[in-house]
Amino acid sequence: MLKKAALTSLWFLFLTFPLLAIRVNTIEHLVEWRWKNMIYVGIGSFVLSLLWQYLLARQASARGPGEGGGSPMRSLYRRILDDRRVRYPLLAACGVFALAFPFLFPSYQTSILTTALLYIVLGLGLNIVVGLAGLLNLGYIAFAAVGAYAYALLNVHFGLGFWAALPIGALLAALFGILLGFPVLRLRGDYLAIVTLGFGEIIRLVLENWNDFSFGPSGISNIPRPGLLGVELNLQQATSYTYYLMIALCLLTILVVNRLQDSRIGRAWIALREDELACEAMGVDKTMAKLTAFALGATWAGMAGVVLAAKTTFINPASFTFLESAMILSIVVLGGMGSIPGVILGALLLMLLPEYLRVFQDYRMLLFGATMVLMMVFRPQGMVPAIRRSYQYRRDEP
Amino acid sequence: MTVTEASPALDVQKLTMDFGGLRALNGASLQVKEGDIVALIGPNGAGKTTFFNCITGLYRPTGGDIFISPPGGKKERISGLKVHDVTKRGLARTFQNIRLFSNMTVLENVMLGRHCRSSAGILGAVLRGPKTRREEKDIARRSYAILEKMGLADVVNLPAKNLPYGAQRRLEIARALATEPFLLLLDEPAAGMNPQETRELESLIRRIRDEEHISILLIEHDMKLVMSLCDRVTVLDYGQKIAEGTPREIRENPVVIKAYLGEDI
Repeated sequence: MLKKAALTSLWFLFLTFPLLAIRVNTIEHLVEWRWKNMIYVGIGSFVLSLLWQYLLARQASARGPGEGGGSPMRSLYRRILDDRRVRYPLLAACGVFALAFPFLFPSYQTSILTTALLYIVLGLGLNIVVGLAGLLNLGYIAFAAVGAYAYALLNVHFGLGFWAALPIGALLAALFGILLGFPVLRLRGDYLAIVTLGFGEIIRLVLENWNDFSFGPSGISNIPRPGLLGVELNLQQATSYTYYLMIALCLLTILVVNRLQDSRIGRAWIALREDELACEAMGVDKTMAKLTAFALGATWAGMAGVVLAAKTTFINPASFTFLESAMILSIVVLGGMGSIPGVILGALLLMLLPEYLRVFQDYRMLLFGATMVLMMVFRPQGMVPAIRRSYQYRRDEP
Repeated sequence: MTVTEASPALDVQKLTMDFGGLRALNGASLQVKEGDIVALIGPNGAGKTTFFNCITGLYRPTGGDIFISPPGGKKERISGLKVHDVTKRGLARTFQNIRLFSNMTVLENVMLGRHCRSSAGILGAVLRGPKTRREEKDIARRSYAILEKMGLADVVNLPAKNLPYGAQRRLEIARALATEPFLLLLDEPAAGMNPQETRELESLIRRIRDEEHISILLIEHDMKLVMSLCDRVTVLDYGQKIAEGTPREIRENPVVIKAYLGEDI
């Protein structure tokens, strides 16, 4: 281990030598030798390499006996979460905190949290497609774009309100989900990812270039906020109202996704992910299962899109780039594929941390990337791995 | 007497399957009578698994017809149907290489087999009304009953991948039984089993036939098993049927011996 670390640090010294140690002063034709930098690089890379190897070794030993034996940490918070005495008060505390949030903090914070909640819904929706059915979708944000533009355009042309647009946006997104689903039924893995990526870009480019339809890159502004039975709300009240709306939508999503994954259909999705051929041979209609997964996933994105349009009161195609899709996918993967608490935690972390780490703004993407790499190496199953609530059979059941 | 009886449970007529220029099956015919255990044998690459895949709808055959006649049902053509439709009509299969849902529990694997015999939709799942809950309980109960029969009752809650090899094979059969087939297609059920396990498998297959009244078509390389278990044997070579008959007839058929052992012997 020491030898390997020493070699690594030597290699790093060699690599960084021209950049960090030599500085050529072209004006005075001098060469500065900055040996001190070399020492830092050497020690730094040595220590990091040691740490890296230690962590890898620890992971390997934890994995060794009995697959997925689990690190003590996991079992610790699993134990805590499974304890009813802890679980319910904890949930209640979270609930009270969430409800009281707009009264405790300025509306700026509420607005940020609303965005995070929006991403929870998006993450949970994508989780149906990626986590349960195992269909990689890289153009997920396109469905949110469908929802958002459905509301914005219906409002501009027909003066439709938020509540009318919400189901329409959801249905329209589901329709687009099926539309995307049909051509990709035969595809899997990489190919599917590329097609969905293309689909996402097509939607964005159409919105950007079809000026007559979507008002092009300038977007649509002055979209009304969600209405509350015709009551006039000032900005702060409207922010809080949207926040509560989002909480409700979030809870609904959690309930529905939870029930879906424990149902006959959820079982078919998981089986489809595990072995498509066997699943088909056991009488599951593959086409239907895939299309419902796509459509249901898209439905939540559509609803989130409508809320997004209403919350920001302005949308343009730039809000629906590939980066957004990648972000939602990161939420799902980082949190733990197929795990609802994981996705929630992932969304909160990925959305809130950048807001509160504005100090490191320049390094945000760097940190983000590094976190991703480290997560995938040391915890590929995500922060809160999916423990599928398998159907536990008891003999005494009627 | 057999001529006037009802048409066979499975009637495959002149099945042909081309893969590009390769003719994997060349007019192979086969009948499985109700309550029979029929074996499909042949050297490696003879087209046995292709035959299975055509019957179960995985491949769309290039030519020929496949008919089924469920007990008490009408004769029906199933060639060209989709896989899940074939399963729904009462044909269930296992695979040559075990294809379980390895991260699902044993019970869930079998529960999935009930998919085509249950109906709860998205709305049912979300609302979870009494009907859905009753159906879900019924699925679990029936699945458990099947596992009990297969001797897997004490591992129901384990992930399928943790099962020993022989038990995984049995689980695959259990999963197929959950779809309520009238014809079970087993693709090399005894592959990789030791003599003891093979003997158990033999009595298991007999029991399935006798107690569940399911006809069985199996591909197998273990000749001892084929000879003692099966009522009829069909031999396939280079995509063509070269012999058919009782195990005794097949054992003494010179064409079969030639196909297996080569010209000179």
